[in-house]
Amino acid sequence: MELTGAEIFVRSLEAEGVEIIFGYPGGAVLHIYDALYAQQKIKHILVRHEQAATHAADGYARSCDRPGVVLVTSGPGATNAVTGIATAYMDSIPMVVFTGQVPTHLIGNDAFQEADNIGITRPCVKHNFLVKDVRDLAMTIKKAFYVATTGRPGPVVVDIPKDITAEKAEFHYPDKVEMRSYNPVHIGHTGQIKRAVKLMQTARRPIFYTGGGVILGDASASLTELAKIMNFPVTNTLMGLGGFPATDPQFVGMLGMHGTYEANMAMHHCDVLIAIGARFDDRVTGHIEKFCPHATIVHVDIDPASISKNVKVDVPIVGCVKNVLKAMLNEVKNNDVHSDAVALKDWWQQIDEWRSKDCLKYDHDSEAIKPQYVIETLYKLTGGDAFITSDVGQHQMWAAQFYKFDKPRRWINSGGLGTMGFGLPAAMGVQFAHPDATVACVTGEGSIQMCIQELSTCTQYSLPVKIINLNNGYLGMVRQWQEFFYQKRYAMSYMESLPDFVKLAESYGHVGMQITRPGDVEGALVEMLKLKDRLVFMDFITDREENVYPMIPAGGGQNEMILV
Amino acid sequence: MENEAGALSRVAGLFSARGYNIESLTVAPTEDPSLSRMTLVTRGTEEIIEQITKQLNKLIDVVKLMDMTEGPHIEREMMLVKVQAEGERRTELKRLSDIFRGRIIDVSDENYTIELTGAGDKLDAFLQALDRGVIIEVVRSGVSGISRGSRSLKI
Repeated sequence: MELTGAEIFVRSLEAEGVEIIFGYPGGAVLHIYDALYAQQKIKHILVRHEQAATHAADGYARSCDRPGVVLVTSGPGATNAVTGIATAYMDSIPMVVFTGQVPTHLIGNDAFQEADNIGITRPCVKHNFLVKDVRDLAMTIKKAFYVATTGRPGPVVVDIPKDITAEKAEFHYPDKVEMRSYNPVHIGHTGQIKRAVKLMQTARRPIFYTGGGVILGDASASLTELAKIMNFPVTNTLMGLGGFPATDPQFVGMLGMHGTYEANMAMHHCDVLIAIGARFDDRVTGHIEKFCPHATIVHVDIDPASISKNVKVDVPIVGCVKNVLKAMLNEVKNNDVHSDAVALKDWWQQIDEWRSKDCLKYDHDSEAIKPQYVIETLYKLTGGDAFITSDVGQHQMWAAQFYKFDKPRRWINSGGLGTMGFGLPAAMGVQFAHPDATVACVTGEGSIQMCIQELSTCTQYSLPVKIINLNNGYLGMVRQWQEFFYQKRYAMSYMESLPDFVKLAESYGHVGMQITRPGDVEGALVEMLKLKDRLVFMDFITDREENVYPMIPAGGGQNEMILV
Repeated sequence: MENEAGALSRVAGLFSARGYNIESLTVAPTEDPSLSRMTLVTRGTEEIIEQITKQLNKLIDVVKLMDMTEGPHIEREMMLVKVQAEGERRTELKRLSDIFRGRIIDVSDENYTIELTGAGDKLDAFLQALDRGVIIEVVRSGVSGISRGSRSLKI
């Protein structure tokens, strides 16, 4: 039987097992919306801005290992989605974004709501497709999901002209797809894996440095097992938090610009660095010439282009991190490989000495609410088991430092692109994936206003997201840099004319609370958590000029941290 | 690469986005109409060339990639030069063209158009040998390359 393109779209998504899509209708996608209206299987979530649709789909994907799906209209619908697509691209999040396009015969005519979606999104997608024939639609959708979810994941855009959604074709959803030019590597090279294990065996000052690849590759269990057997310290990148249990004594904290002193010192002094699913980002390495000067470096990554991009690697291993870690475990177990216990004893002693600096200490007797205290209390009250999304800035760093993630996929933040406005819509996506879980969005008064309109979406779908607004009246991270590096010239980092967040939340039908005293923090959070089925906007008026410590200043090496 | 609209712009976009330099680029369909063959000339340190290779391989439209300079290979470029050819100059230009194994492919009262094929430096040498004042127009095709011997770039 012949179906219209719009019906083929819906049936293809069903065949992919898509349960939820985030979107916003418009002229070019009206046929598709009509087809969605006629079915029950796929739930469509109406956001208030297309950027939020992409962030919500992104948050959904990060929290549950299924691709996020977005549907937006042509022109402004697609351009609004670009920030979210770029965010997902930088963090390698599987996502399929369907953009409407003007009818085929009008493409290139500057038609109403026309934009070159393929051209605009090209630099921030893993791949994109323009559908030119309704008979190609099902196969293109199949390819889009395949490309988005395999290899190093990433967003894929499918641009569908309106006439394609009206035309008819036989529907057959392909079982599998073959692309001669796309063959991701899964299995690591055996010889290289043996070399890596040999290095681990003789290492005197080793460290595991692991990133988002461990989370995306579902490799936490294997990493933890290997690290425990070897008794090596583990540090996580911002994207990798939860990949190794943060409460485990072998965890030395996050590394990088605002990482712990012990993590960065251990990196600087290590003799064998085992990087897994991490990409040597500039916020991690500090000054590249000063990075890990004594280390032999093993790098496991699914993307060959990530290897030796910023830092020359000695043992490159291309492959799926989970497979490679399992192969390493087999190698260790089958050959009864042991790490150097004597050397490690000294190494741990040294690490404990660095640890004793207590680099995350802050003033507990302050009369103002310390943002770190809010996160610590949130951690304590949620038993470390909440899903935490964040926006971008100081609050993000404090959340990363003070909420101890023991499980993967619990920490949802825009690491690579650093997109303010990500937190609230991402939290919506997480809440849809985990309806009964506690989902908290840690944010600031700057970031939250970048997608504040989504409070309305939360009302529509009764999403009980908990918003932890660390309100210091400044664009805090900008202000911190201005304090350190621009002699306190606070250009445009002061937020005047803030709304009354409590009233704002209430106007959307939510609960709002403002907390001004440290003594009220815990009680207010307890109350918040009791309101299980309500969105609660917690406006914490925090210490205005608190800084994020420790810090590697720009151009510094990992051993050149500013401590509090 | 896949002979598809947009494939070329993905390559060009990659080079500009990552700050790599394209010295020349030629592309045309092959005997298999679903494929195009591109020869791209670029310059960089070993690390940069490695990155360029990896990044190009990541493009889904790139089917197979080969670094020609890793082995013996032949580079050819075609050039069309329109020159002022009047009076005594005509024989001089004909002789110069013959020396470089060029061919005069268009003749008018005032002009010759000379076709010349070879490695880039040969074309450069020809242009240098010409009196600068006589050159009206130069079109160069960019470099095409192929490996010597049995090594080949085939799908």
